[in-house]
Amino acid sequence: MSVLSKSPWIIHYDGSSCNGCDIEVLASLMPRYDVERFGVINTGNPKHADILLLTGSINEQNKPVVQNIYNQMPNPKVVIAVGICATSGGVFRECYNVLGGADKVVPVDVYAPSCPIRPEALIDAVVKALGILEKKKAASLAEEVKK
Amino acid sequence: MSKRTIIPFGPQHPVLPEPIHLDLVLEDEKVVEAIPSIGFIHRGLEKLVEKKDFQEYTYVAERICGICSFIHGLTYCMAVEELMKIEVPERAQYLRTIWSELSRIHSHLLWLGLTADGFGFESLFMESWKIREYILDIIEETTGGRVIFGSAKVGGVRRDIAPAKLEEIVKKLRVYQKKINDLGMVFLDDTTVKHRTQGVGILTTENAKALGAVGPMLRASGVAMDIRMMGYAAYGKIGFAPIVETEGDCYSRCKVRIRELAQSIDIIEKCVQQMKEGVIEAKVTGFPNGEFFARSEQPRGEVIYYAKANGTKFLQRLRVRTPTFANITPLLEILKGCQLADVPILVLTIDPCISCAER
Ligand code: SF4
Repeated sequence: MSVLSKSPWIIHYDGSSCNGCDIEVLASLMPRYDVERFGVINTGNPKHADILLLTGSINEQNKPVVQNIYNQMPNPKVVIAVGICATSGGVFRECYNVLGGADKVVPVDVYAPSCPIRPEALIDAVVKALGILEKKKAASLAEEVKK
Repeated sequence: MSKRTIIPFGPQHPVLPEPIHLDLVLEDEKVVEAIPSIGFIHRGLEKLVEKKDFQEYTYVAERICGICSFIHGLTYCMAVEELMKIEVPERAQYLRTIWSELSRIHSHLLWLGLTADGFGFESLFMESWKIREYILDIIEETTGGRVIFGSAKVGGVRRDIAPAKLEEIVKKLRVYQKKINDLGMVFLDDTTVKHRTQGVGILTTENAKALGAVGPMLRASGVAMDIRMMGYAAYGKIGFAPIVETEGDCYSRCKVRIRELAQSIDIIEKCVQQMKEGVIEAKVTGFPNGEFFARSEQPRGEVIYYAKANGTKFLQRLRVRTPTFANITPLLEILKGCQLADVPILVLTIDPCISCAER
């Protein structure tokens, strides 16, 4: 079915990152790294997105926003936790307003720790996410067939 | 009077890599008022000084903002060094200046790209970020990191740059200067770009002063104010004159930043000419004690670090006043009366860095 597979679109949301990871996410879209060659497009609309890139940790105020974005994305969807902040809270773990990594509010499929993430690592994470996305799609298809 | 509508802008918005939320009160297409709500990125970093000792906190300070990371770390170190009466060696001062200017160049290029994206000029966005990658390469070669350098430390710097490498950097920067000039020409001479920026979002000199604007925002409104004039790090030895424009619109702010790119390259070149061999760090003994305000100029404007210590490993209080926070009030002023379509450009014109504004 590879000919029919669709180009995955990503949406990026900055939880409470320091910006380091965000600019690296954007840098991956630039000519040097160019994730668009995998058909990946950065969209601002959650309803169009397949992959959610979350940078930064979760705090009280952005918790509903992250949940909201996740819920608006159509199934199947994949979440990537970008950077150590989104993975576990990182250096900010002990702050009073940090609840922890992205998995506190949404199920995370791929963890990409490092501080900040390098574009190469991010691309690797996105490619992994593509595999997971395909698997999820196949699983949901099989379920429908069973019904 | 036409009916008022309220449009929410953010926290998740395509032009913003970071969350800020504005409630825009509109009359037809005109914005009559903008009500900000911030706090999406608040982590509570100032309180973290109670859990991380003063040496460790340098790393946290760098992560207050990933774009001006080095200058955050540097200003924090300046504050602690003053409290501990540490003399920073001359070579370290020059290296600090070089890295500060490199971060300014990469930050301004980043801003140019985002602005181009803000008015829908995709290829210009790509071009700015392409040049930015060259600067990041220099940063990576000299510090090991791309955006978080990790090379500032209390008492000096963590790494040295070999003289041959410094010469090479200057040579490279001269080449990039030409590319930056070409890029600048598009921003300053292109009719369509000028159409979006000229006369948009005017901040008068009086307003800039009264509302406490900082950085390029202030300098574009005709005020010659730049903390580098105070001569911290090696700026005193190099001699420094701020870049000023007078119109106060988005175009002037763009022009200030483009001219600052060239200025930063000149500063780096002067540093390399004047630098002498020597040690790069002073010995650190004892613990900080007392109170101090350290100030420095970030790409976005003046940052102030207030540190209070009582002679133990941990600081008692740290307070950071960041440039974006100071620039939010002027932003609300220029948003009044603008067209809805200009909102993204106006928000971008202050070069918002929400993560440091909220810490
Ligand atoms: S992982 Fe590091 S660089 Fe990324 S957002 Fe967190 S502190 Fe910043």
